[in-house]
Amino acid sequence: MRRIRVKDEQAVIELRDTSYSYRGGEPLLQGMTLQVAPGSFHFLTGPSGAGKSTLLKLMYAELQATGGAVTLFGQDSRVMDRNAVADVRTRIGVVHQDCQFLDHLSIADNVALPLMVQGKPVGSDLHDLLAWVGLSDRMHAFPPELSGGERQRAALARAVILSPDVILADEPTGNIDWDMSQRVLQLLVELNKMGKTVMVATHDIALIRAAKPQVSTRILRISNKRLQSAGAEL
Amino acid sequence: MIADTLRLMIAPNKASDTVVPPTGFTARLTVFAAGAMAFLAVFALALSVSTGRLADRWEAELNSSVTIRISAPADQVEAQTLAVLKVLDQTAGVASARALEPDEQRALLAPWFGPDVPLEELPLPRLVDVVQGPQGLDAAGLRLRLAAEVPGAVLDDHSRWRAPLVDAARALRMLGWIALGLIGITTAAMITLAANAALAANAQVIRVLRLVGARDTFIAGAFVRRFTLRGLIGAAAGTTAGIVAIILLPNGAEGGFLTGLGFEGLGWLSPVLIPPLGAIVAFAATRAAALRTLSGLR
Ligand SMILES: Nc1ncnc2c1ncn2[C@@H]1O[C@H](COP(=O)(O)OP(=O)(O)O)[C@@H](O)[C@H]1O
Ligand SMILES: [Mg+2]
Repeated sequence: MRRIRVKDEQAVIELRDTSYSYRGGEPLLQGMTLQVAPGSFHFLTGPSGAGKSTLLKLMYAELQATGGAVTLFGQDSRVMDRNAVADVRTRIGVVHQDCQFLDHLSIADNVALPLMVQGKPVGSDLHDLLAWVGLSDRMHAFPPELSGGERQRAALARAVILSPDVILADEPTGNIDWDMSQRVLQLLVELNKMGKTVMVATHDIALIRAAKPQVSTRILRISNKRLQSAGAEL
Repeated sequence: MIADTLRLMIAPNKASDTVVPPTGFTARLTVFAAGAMAFLAVFALALSVSTGRLADRWEAELNSSVTIRISAPADQVEAQTLAVLKVLDQTAGVASARALEPDEQRALLAPWFGPDVPLEELPLPRLVDVVQGPQGLDAAGLRLRLAAEVPGAVLDDHSRWRAPLVDAARALRMLGWIALGLIGITTAAMITLAANAALAANAQVIRVLRLVGARDTFIAGAFVRRFTLRGLIGAAAGTTAGIVAIILLPNGAEGGFLTGLGFEGLGWLSPVLIPPLGAIVAFAATRAAALRTLSGLR
C-alpha cells in the first residue's frame, strides 16, 4: 500500500467547509473547518444530539460529507476506494460509543481482531496491551460478561493494537463511574504522550476539566451546527 | 489480480473462519441442495450423452446403409437381382453391394416368424444390402434408374422411418443440456439465498469487521470459502450417488433406448466435472452476494 507521508506540520485530519445531513434530513453539521495536527489532543463537546458521533464518523470514513471535504492523511475521503477506506482505518483507531464487540469471541480475540483481519500474527503484544488496560484476568471472558468500564478499556485496547497514528474515542467514559473514567482518561493521556493524535468526543465537562492539568488540549464545541473553539470558559 | 483474489478467498484462513460464527442451518441446507442438484445433473448428463450417442449411431447407419428390395415373379428374381447389382456397380457413391443369401434373410426374419418358416415357398422380396461410400449416393437418381431398368426393385433408404427417431434423439439430447443449465441456475439461486441468509444473520459481524479495517476480500472470503466447500462436498456426494444409481440401472438389450442410459468408456469421466462445477457455481454466487451486501456498507 502506498502511504502518504505526513509532514510534521501537515494535519492528519482536515475538514474544509464540511457539511453533513442524514438522508432526507435537515443539515446537522455545517461549514466546519478544522485541522487536526499530529500529536495533538482534542476534546469535542456539545449537547447530546449535537452531532459529535456523526462528526467522528466523518473522520473515519464511515460517513461521507454531503458538502465540503474531509481529508484523512492527505487523502480526500470522497475519492478513496473501499480498500483505501479499510487501510485508513488501520491508521485511525476508534473507540466506538457502543464498543461494537463480537459477542461470540473472547475479549482477547476481540482486542486482537484488527490484527486478525490484517492477516497478522497475534503476538505477545496482546498480553502487554491487556495488562496495560488492566484486563489480563478478563481476557477469556466474553463481552456480555464485562462491566461498562471493562468494555471501554477493552475497546480502547482494540483501538490501539495496530499502533495507529490517530485515536478517536466516542464518549469513552459514558455510563461508567468517576474513578473508572479517570483511569480511561489516564490511558488516553498516556497514548498522547507517546505521540498519538487523540480526539475525544464527550458531553462530560468534568472530564475535560480533569484532563486540563495533565495535557495540553484543544477544546471544540458543536453549537448551532457549527464548530467553535471553546476552552477559556471551562 | 483475479488469481490473487481467488487465493485470498479460497485458501484456508483461520482468522476469517473464527471471526464469522458457524452457520449450522444454512450449511446443511447448502450441502443438501448441492447434493440433490448434482444427483439430478448426473442423470441429465447421462441423458444427453446417451441420446447423443444414439442419434449419432442411428444417423451413421441411416447414412451409410440402404437396402434394395426386389419383388418379382420367382423366375425373374435372379435376373433382376443381377441387373440391380450391375446398376449399382455403375453408380457413383456405392462402396459395396451384396445380395443377401436366403439363409441370412431367414435369420433376419426368424425373430418374427419363427425358425421353421419355409422361406423358399413364400413370395418374399430379395434384399440387396448397399454400403455407401464416404461421399454418399444420389438416392433420387438411383431410384429413377432402377424404376427404368429393373421394374421389381425398390430403393429403401431407411430415412423415411428412422429420420424422426434421429430427430427425437437429438431433441432429447437438447433437453438434457437444457436440464443441466437449469440445474446450474437453480443451484446458483439456492446458494445465493443461503448465502444471503448467512450474510444477513452476520450483518453486525460484517459491520464490525469493516470498522476495524477489514478489506472486502477478507470478509467475503469467510463466506465464500464456506459455501464453496459446502458446494463441493454436496456435489461430490450427489454425483457419487448419481453414478452408483446409473450403474445399478438394468442394462438389458444392446442398444435399447431406455436401457442404454449411461456412459461409455471415457464418458464415465464426464460426471467427475460436476463437483468442481458445483464449487465454481457456489463460489461465484456467494462472492456476488457478499460483495453486494458489502457495497451497502462503507
Ligand atoms: N443514521 C442516522 N440517520 C438519521 N439521523 C441520525 C442518524 N444517526 C444520528 N442521527 C441524528 O443525528 C443527530 C446527531 O446524532 P449524533 O451524531 O449521534 O449526536 P451526538 O453524538 O452529539 O449525541 C441526532 O439528532 C440523531 O438523531
Ligand atoms: Mg454520540
